[in-house]
Amino acid sequence: MSVTYLEAIREAQAKLLREDDRVFIYGQDIAGKFGGAFKATKGLAEQFPGRVLNTPISEDAMVGTAIGAAMEGMRPIVEMQFADFSSIALNQILNNAGTQYWRTQTPCPITVRLPSGGTKGSGPFHSQSMEGIYSHYPGLVVLTPATVEDAYTMLIDAVAIDDPVIYCEHKYLYYHLKADALPTEKLPIGKARIVRPGRDLSIVTNSAMVHEALAVAQQFSADGVEIEVVDLRSVKPLDTDTVLASVARTGRLLCVGEAFPWGGVTAEVIARVATEGFHLLDAAPARINAKDTPIPYHPNLWSEHRPNAKTIAAKVRQVLSE
Amino acid sequence: MLQTAERGASTSKNGPHEKYLEAFRIMLQTRIFEEKLASLYRGGLITGGVYIGRGQEAVSVACGIFLQEGDVFAPLIRDQAGRSAFGEPLVDVARTYLGSRSGPMRGRDGNIHRGCPKTGQLAMISHLGAMVSVVVGKLLAKRMKGEKGFVGLTTIGEGGMQTGATHEGMNIAAVERVPLVMVATNNHYAYSTPNDRQFACADLVDRAKGYGYEGSSVDGTDLAQCLEVIGAAVQRARAGRPPQLVVASTLRLAGHGEHDDASYVSDDIRREPFAQDSLQLAEQLILEQELMDREALQQMRAELAAEVDEAVATAQQEDTPVGSEEDWCAVATRSLVDQPALAE
Repeated sequence: MSVTYLEAIREAQAKLLREDDRVFIYGQDIAGKFGGAFKATKGLAEQFPGRVLNTPISEDAMVGTAIGAAMEGMRPIVEMQFADFSSIALNQILNNAGTQYWRTQTPCPITVRLPSGGTKGSGPFHSQSMEGIYSHYPGLVVLTPATVEDAYTMLIDAVAIDDPVIYCEHKYLYYHLKADALPTEKLPIGKARIVRPGRDLSIVTNSAMVHEALAVAQQFSADGVEIEVVDLRSVKPLDTDTVLASVARTGRLLCVGEAFPWGGVTAEVIARVATEGFHLLDAAPARINAKDTPIPYHPNLWSEHRPNAKTIAAKVRQVLSE
Repeated sequence: MLQTAERGASTSKNGPHEKYLEAFRIMLQTRIFEEKLASLYRGGLITGGVYIGRGQEAVSVACGIFLQEGDVFAPLIRDQAGRSAFGEPLVDVARTYLGSRSGPMRGRDGNIHRGCPKTGQLAMISHLGAMVSVVVGKLLAKRMKGEKGFVGLTTIGEGGMQTGATHEGMNIAAVERVPLVMVATNNHYAYSTPNDRQFACADLVDRAKGYGYEGSSVDGTDLAQCLEVIGAAVQRARAGRPPQLVVASTLRLAGHGEHDDASYVSDDIRREPFAQDSLQLAEQLILEQELMDREALQQMRAELAAEVDEAVATAQQEDTPVGSEEDWCAVATRSLVDQPALAE
């Protein structure tokens, strides 16, 4: 038996619905036989009547409703159809959910699932990676699972957390990643993972870019260059200690992110390493992100817009040559 | 459309609403309290803004007075009377305005951005319409948990009625068929902007039909009518009718906040019937119908002033928050604080 990343998300939700009466799922087109635009809830509405609910096309009200329900003791999961559409709900997420505990000491345990990142032909409004925006604001936990195992355990953990959690699931990984079985062990939220040990350079990355980085590391290994790949897993909180420990081993840092280049996760990681681990660096830290344009539709443009094995490899060479 | 009551009809025919005097007392307390807050603001003793509900006390008190334990109330900027009717202690208001560390917001948020979610009173955010769907979520969860007989009431203005969040929230309430009462007060100025730059429909209550709500209109200057119409809307929601939209008409008899002299309010509009002061009208009715005499009113006023003074004095004696003692932690899960060093 094998499990895809998408199936892991569905199985996690089935487990949550089965084991916790407080859990319900709220989103567009998720109920009935349809089971969501990506089928992440397929079969769940039939299995758990009244707990997988279709909503109007109202991202703001979907999250507002989840906030109210969470404050009343429920554990709602909101499925955004695409991460990009969560911009409509930014106000509720940032200003209502993100400030609630600080202001009123009332926990607001919502989980917002964002089908994130680019796939061929998806264009400007169905491809965005928004973890940087959400991480900028206080009061939120932001997760970017990059493996089947993490997709499963981190979603279960997300719902258990007493705070609003932004769970960024990568659409490209939905069908491309497979594991033999659902995991029986997990890393805690807030811990990064060394996915590949190395000694010459650290690539710190997250979500689908972890797999691009691994491909590049593989390529360099043939030439005797050992790249360490760090999967952040959780963007907020960010596991600075694991990143610094990696840089201490390699002396060189390249951050790779699929999001737009201004600010964001890669900039934050470099800022922390530069301020807390400047003495560990043998070369200037580097980063590579998507280009500073909207995400293009055509595959020829799209594959150049985001970091890819070729551009990452070129950056690796540059950092190694310093 | 449900019928709109005639001015004073309920009092002249059947005697005053059973809650009339209780409501009046809260209105009067609110007026005295808000005048005190305004004076503290002018004296430089309140940091941030002071936002009062002068002219809207009748509508607001009617929003809070019919709610019970287990209900949800999401008030807005001009709802001191409703908050008090719902049971908010005066001292907590004073604490929030004066920044006491003992208040419900402990200096982390101020003035009207206060609440106590565990008692059912939500803490508004400034983004108008954002609380509508939060109330829907509270009600949906109560239903999922098997609670019965509850309602949620939220207030909005004619300006706030024009946001996308209000539209989404009103619609999702009807889709979920939750027992929501939405009371929209058209006080004719959204900050400085009059009605003709806010909406172009003949009457905001006409929107009720479009959302699948039952709608009613009320003269917001008439306490008897506010109690009757809003009370009936609460009762209908509690009985399982569709969500209720009540549109009240008033004039905001103050600035947007105490920093605002409201010089943009035209003289013509000040002569409109809806520009009358609901508190004065209620007092007149009380005297005309001999529900209380002048002496008893004077006595009530003195008692309320003493309550207000005590609340303010208590809050003034309490400590204000101190940055070095603040935990600077925005998440409930301590182990998930990002950069704990920055929180120290």
